[in-house]
This record gives sequence, C-alpha cells and structure tokens, in this order.
Amino acid sequence: MTATTAPVLELRDVSKAFGPVQALTDVSLRLLPGQVHCLAGENGAGKSTLIRVLTGALRRDSGTYEIEGEAVTAPTPAAMRAAGVQAVYQELSLLPHLTVAENLFMGRLPSRGGLIDRAQLRRRAREALDEVGLTTTSPDTVVERLPAATRQLVEIAKVLTAESVKVIVFDEPTTALTEEESDRLLAHILRLRERGVAMLYVTHRLEEMFHIGDQVTVLRDGGLSESGPLSGYDENKLITAMVGREVTSLYPEQQRETAGTPMLRVRGLRRTSDGPTVDFDVRPGEILGIGGLLGSGRSELLLSLFGADPIAAGEIEIEGTPVTPSGPRSMMNVGMGLLTEDRKVLGLLPELSIRENVTIASLRSGSRRGLLPPREQAEEADRLLDSLRLRAGSYDQPVSTLSGGNQQKVLLARWLLTKPKILLFDEPTKGIDVGAKGELYAVIGDLAAQGLGILVVSSYLPELLGLADRVLVLRDGRIAGELPGGASEEDVLRLASGGADHAAAEPGASARAGSAGDGQHSRQTDGPDGVSTDA
Amino acid sequence: MPKLLWREPIETTTITNAPVTTPEGELEHPDNRLGTPLASEHVVRVAPPSGRRVLTVGDIAGRESGGLVVLLVAVGALTLLSNDFLTQGNLSNLARQVAIFAIIAVGQLLVILTAGIDLSVGSVLGLSGAVTAQLLVGGMPIPVAILAGAALGAVLGIANGLLVTQLKLPPFIATLGMLGIARGVVLVITDAKTIQGLPGSFQTIANGTVLGIPNLLIIAAVIAAIVHFLLTRTVFGRYVYAVGSNPESARLAGVPVRTVTIAVYAISGLLAGFGGVLLTSRLGAGIPTAGTGFELNAIAACVIGGASLFGAKGSALGALTGALIMGVLNNGGNLLAINAFYLQIAIGALIIIAVAFDQANTRAASRSG
Repeated sequence: MTATTAPVLELRDVSKAFGPVQALTDVSLRLLPGQVHCLAGENGAGKSTLIRVLTGALRRDSGTYEIEGEAVTAPTPAAMRAAGVQAVYQELSLLPHLTVAENLFMGRLPSRGGLIDRAQLRRRAREALDEVGLTTTSPDTVVERLPAATRQLVEIAKVLTAESVKVIVFDEPTTALTEEESDRLLAHILRLRERGVAMLYVTHRLEEMFHIGDQVTVLRDGGLSESGPLSGYDENKLITAMVGREVTSLYPEQQRETAGTPMLRVRGLRRTSDGPTVDFDVRPGEILGIGGLLGSGRSELLLSLFGADPIAAGEIEIEGTPVTPSGPRSMMNVGMGLLTEDRKVLGLLPELSIRENVTIASLRSGSRRGLLPPREQAEEADRLLDSLRLRAGSYDQPVSTLSGGNQQKVLLARWLLTKPKILLFDEPTKGIDVGAKGELYAVIGDLAAQGLGILVVSSYLPELLGLADRVLVLRDGRIAGELPGGASEEDVLRLASGGADHAAAEPGASARAGSAGDGQHSRQTDGPDGVSTDA
Repeated sequence: MPKLLWREPIETTTITNAPVTTPEGELEHPDNRLGTPLASEHVVRVAPPSGRRVLTVGDIAGRESGGLVVLLVAVGALTLLSNDFLTQGNLSNLARQVAIFAIIAVGQLLVILTAGIDLSVGSVLGLSGAVTAQLLVGGMPIPVAILAGAALGAVLGIANGLLVTQLKLPPFIATLGMLGIARGVVLVITDAKTIQGLPGSFQTIANGTVLGIPNLLIIAAVIAAIVHFLLTRTVFGRYVYAVGSNPESARLAGVPVRTVTIAVYAISGLLAGFGGVLLTSRLGAGIPTAGTGFELNAIAACVIGGASLFGAKGSALGALTGALIMGVLNNGGNLLAINAFYLQIAIGALIIIAVAFDQANTRAASRSG
C-alpha cells in the first residue's frame, strides 16, 4: 500500500459545539482510496457527530473539509451525496412495504410521462443487486420479507447506484446481524476496497476492526485520541486509547452496608424457552451495574424483571418472598420501580401535568373508594420534586415543557412516591446534561444508602463503573462475567465484546481498593460550575 | 389573541425565594452543583400557580372556554335577533333537542380521551331504542325494559372494547364494524318498521317536566355532572387521561390500560343505549333508523368543546358545551328561517375553526414554553 496516495476526503481541525457542549474539538481525518478506516471511541466520544459532519447533516463550526483537494464550504446532505460521500446507517433507511427495486431507485424512479418504466427499473435493479452479490434476490421482493443481512446489502446496493461513489461511511452496520451475516457483509466491504472506494467504518466490535481495517482513528471526549495504521495496535492498546482517562469523580463515594437477605434474588430467568438463563442477587444498599453492548439484552432484562415483557421461566424473590412478574402493576405493588431508557415512549405522559405524572403510579394506594387521593399525596409529591430540585415554573404545567434532566427527575419522583424497595434504572442519564447527571448520581447513591436495592443499566462505562458496587456484563442475553465496581473499562469492554473471554475470569481485586482510596476528593471540586443548561 | 381565549398559558417561571431571578423569570440557583439532593436546605419553592399572572378565561373555564365564548356569543346574538329565542317554549324545545346529543357526546368524550373513537354510538342508540320499544310492546314492565335497553348498549360497548384491546383492532375499524352490525340487526328485528303502541307513562319520561324544567335536560345535566366528577375526582378518570396520553408509559406506571379501555367503550355504549331509550320515549315510537349520523355529531361536539382526537385533552363540560353550541345554532337557524343547508356549512366551518385555533395555540404554547 503506497503511503503517498492523495486522500479522497480530508478533515482538518474540525470542531463542533452544541450550545455549551463541545462535541468535537480539532479533529482531523484522512480517508484514502482503497482503504478501510475504522473510527473507534466510546459512546459519546463524538463518532456520530463526526459522521454527521462528513455527510453534511451537521455544519462544522471551524476547520477545513476537502474532497479530492476541493474545499467543501456549505455541506448539505444532498450536496455531499452528489460529491460522492455515501452512508450506510445502522438503522436502515429502506421503506419496508415497497419492493427492493423501488427502494433502490426511490426518488429517481425511471419513468416515462409519469408512468414508472417497469422494465428499465427491473433491469437496473438487477444490475445493482448482482453487483453486491445478491444474485438470487428478486427485485420484486418486498423489503420486509428479507432477512436483516440482505437488507443491509440492499442498502449498500442502493448507495452504489449513486452517480458518484468515492467514500462510504458505515455506521455500525453489523449490530443487527448474526455472525455469519456479518462475515458476508465484511467480505463485501473488502471487495469494495479493491475497487478503490474509501471507507469509514464505525463499530463497537473490536475483532471486526482488526479483520477489515487498514487505519484507525480513536476519538475520546470529542477530541482526537490517536490515529494510525491498525497494524500498530492490538486489542489492549486500542481499548486504552478509547478509554485512557481517569474515572471522573461525579460519582457518589460512600460506604454502604450491603449485607442481609438479598433484596432481589433472580434464579434461572429466561425470556424465551430456549434462551440463556440469568441468575443474580441484589443486596439491600447495593448498586448493581449491568453492562454490555447494544442489543446484548440489558433493557430486555429490566423489562422482564418488571413484568413488562413476558418471561418463559425463572424465580424472582423480593426480600425472600417469591413473586411472579405478571405485569408492571403487580411488580409495582411488591415494591419495584423501573425508570426506562426511552422516557418519551416508555415513561412520560406528555399531556399530563408534572404533578399528575408523579402521582400516577401511587393513585390507587392512596385512594379511597376510587376517588383521587387526598391533598396530602400531591403535597408529598411536591416535597419530593422540591428535594430533587426540579426546575419548573409550576408543578401544574405539562411535563412535556421540561428538559430531559428535569423529566428524568419527575419519573424518579414518580417511583420514589411509591416507596419502592428496588429501583431499576435503564440508561438513567441518557440525553441529560452534566449538571443534572451529577445530581442524579447523588440521588441514586442516597437511595442505596437508605437500603434500597438498585440496578443500573448504562452504556456509558465511566458512569457504570463509577456508580456500581458490582457490574454484571451481558453478552447475547447471558451473563458474560461479573466485575467489582472498581474494575477498569477495559475489563468491561473485553467481556462485552467477547474479545478475550479468558482474560476476564480474574478481575483484578486491586481495582476495587484503588477506587475506594482515590475517589475521596470530589464532588465539591469537580461539579459543573453551577451553570445549569436545562432550565 | 386566541391564546387568551383558548387555553391557559404555560406560566413563566416564578420562584419566590430563589435568590436570583432574571427578568425573564429564568431561574439561576446559587448552588446548582452537586450536593445532597434529598436534604431540604436548598429547596426551591415554587409559587402557587394562581399567583402573579394575568388571569385568562382559560384559568376559569379551562379548555372549553373557547366553546363557552362561542356559546355565549351565539345565545346573545339570537336573543337580539329573535324575539322567540328566550321564551320558555323555545328553550324547553332546545333542551329536549340537545339533551340526547349531549348524553352521547359525553360518552364519546371518554373514548376520545383515550385516543380512541366510537363510531357505533348512533347505531347502538337505534338498536337499544328499538329493542326497548319491542319489549314494552311485548308487555314488559317499564323499568325492566329501560334497563334492558341500556344494558344492551353497555354489552355492545364492551364488545367494542374487547375488539380494541384483545384483537388489537384500531378503534376506528372495530366501531365501524359495530356501526354496521348494530344497524343491520335493528333493521332485521324490526323488519325496518316503526314500533308503535308504547305505554303513555313511558312517553312522559322524556316529555315530562319537573318544576317546568324538561326531564331530559335534568337527566343530561346529571349524566354530564357524573362524568365530570368521574374525570376530575376519581382515579379512573386520571387513568383515562393517562391511557390517552401514552398507553405504554401508563402501563409501565401500573395503570390497568386494558380495563380502562374496555370501561370507556362500555360507558360510551351504555350512554348510547340509554340515549336510545330516551329517544324512543320522546318520539313515542321505536324507529329503526333513529340515531343515524349521531356518532359524527357526538364527535363534533367533543371537538368543538376542546377535545383532541389524539387523546388526553378535553372535558365533560367541554363536550356538553359543544353539544349546546350545535343545538343553539340549529335552533337559531330554525327561528331565523335560515336554510338548514347553510347551517350544515356553518357547523362544518365551526369544527374546522375550533381545531385550527387549538393547533395554533398548541404551537404558540410550545414555542413560548
């Protein structure tokens, strides 16, 4: 491979801020023809922002952007597509009810006088499908009948039918695919490489990077961490480059009693009759973290525990009493609460007021003869909201007028009002600014200190490791391993991506001691300057 | 402007003992950093909602305030334009015309609040009315026949609810099917013939008065008051709004979504059945085609009264107001000898204007919020 080839696409010192949040700082990227360039980084490191800058979905604040030496001044998605920058996204952009051929040429269907030219459409679709090796797929198949991998290939075929294909961005294309399907996709990417296309490949699966990557750029906290040929890296070096940061001390550091009968005891829980079983305990006062990649079954586990998703088998005990998760209502009655990941879809009642959103789960327990509970309950709700420092004009305003962090506090207040014994948090700080994050962490810590059992699912590793006393790592729905709270991010990544199963068996005991000692300086000094972005 | 009329505003932030309050009312708390959130020393007290802001019509009457204004304007105009409007005879007549509509509209409202719709109320009304008439002619005691008619409506409503919750049919489709079925059944059992020969005492139920007030008006007022109480004072009522706002969120907050959904269709059916009984009593005959098109009037009344077809917005008083507006317009049209065809145009336009105002308001509110 010649090092002197001119780059097809070059970004230099690109920065991008969203309000006060600096998403990208002075990031540079060079894509060479016929090379697969991997983009690595944790969630929130700035990968998606960078991709959106590349494809024209976002405008950079500063820095230069050149395609084949020509400066790109005002990128729009259409202009960037025309210039030859194509993207294949993780969430497919195909219209499921239309045929493959129609999808391939949507927006530019061959037509004569407004009538679709079926013969030409079919012929061109055939060519496009053959090009990606889908020789047996009929252009007339309806997309929703195709398996996920084939759809992903159709998506690539669609990208290849564009006028100009110089760069293709793949954003986690294998997330929804089985191993076999992934292999087919990767084989195809290698063929595209031979044709001289430059590719930017984003994935969380390290083994894929080493399989197909030529170069790698690692982002960390919106900045460039490292960049270079992949041959100079091994798994450990790559993970260190991605993580390479001390755990911030936003997290509560308290000594808690975690002894006694398990608050929650789960044995042999399986979601489907042939699925893997899951066993674990949560002791009173303990924060149990659950880590794993997207799609590893973390949210599903919480939903099953809460009775919102059916389970096939398993025993669940709360404080030694067996319970059956027959529905959210029954689990709520035995003292469990769930703060879901997607607040809009699975949490808020947007038209209802803040106060009504808080009391909704406690109406029945406070009610007499079906009437709304007396004023005391609303007052208690107000006190909880006050203590969580909810920033709102009036608790009578619709909850939809609040920012993400404040909405999360409303949902937290909803569950606190039910006097729970166990709280399940699914990505508790997703979409929340850093100020509100710290407040939530402190509340979670306080709740554990009061003797509640807490389960936290988080994709953000510093958060997971900072909050949790113990971390279970899930992979493909089963528990891949357990780590102490002070474990390193490398340990979690290794277990989650199955990088080296044997290495994780002995999680360093020293890690835990380390965290307890170092983390003492803290909350006061590292707080986010008293500036709240979310009022 | 419409904002003053149509909706309580989203208040600006008013913090009483927060040390720094910017002129826009944005809060800057001196210590937004981390601390012990469950401790109370830094509590931000929020002003009581009624304090320090401009009082709007919306504060007094809520979402139905727009309808209320339209109603008052219509009544005022008709009083000036027609000498016959404010007479007891006309008002009793108006009350009788509106009452049955209002009863159905209030039932429809419950369904609409859950983001559903009940297209079957007109047909259910017709079926229940005809069945009651047949039972009476067959010699059944009056109270039993009335109960049977109302219960039939409730059963059909429960069937709607089961179709929606168990078979997961869209409410539009489930109740459209029921619309056809109920109408077909009534035509079959009556052979499309009017049923006559009802006892006189049955007819006085809907045509009598108490202290000069038409019985129908009293019945409709009592039903509207019960539903209003149900929606504002009971757990069930709050659950209805929660289901309409977001059923999945509601389920995860422990709301029995299925039961609530079945219950609203059952109540809608029950009220439609009872409305059928009352119509039969009023007309003194069981008419197989009675109630045709009532479902659309009921939906229109809810919408004019401020209900949103997307659920969770609306009130019983609003539906009642909407029904009154439509009744007053029809009545006024008759008095002023306006062509009834023009009236239809006017009511159609009113529906569009009502919803357009509401949309504009929602957008304005979300911008300012």
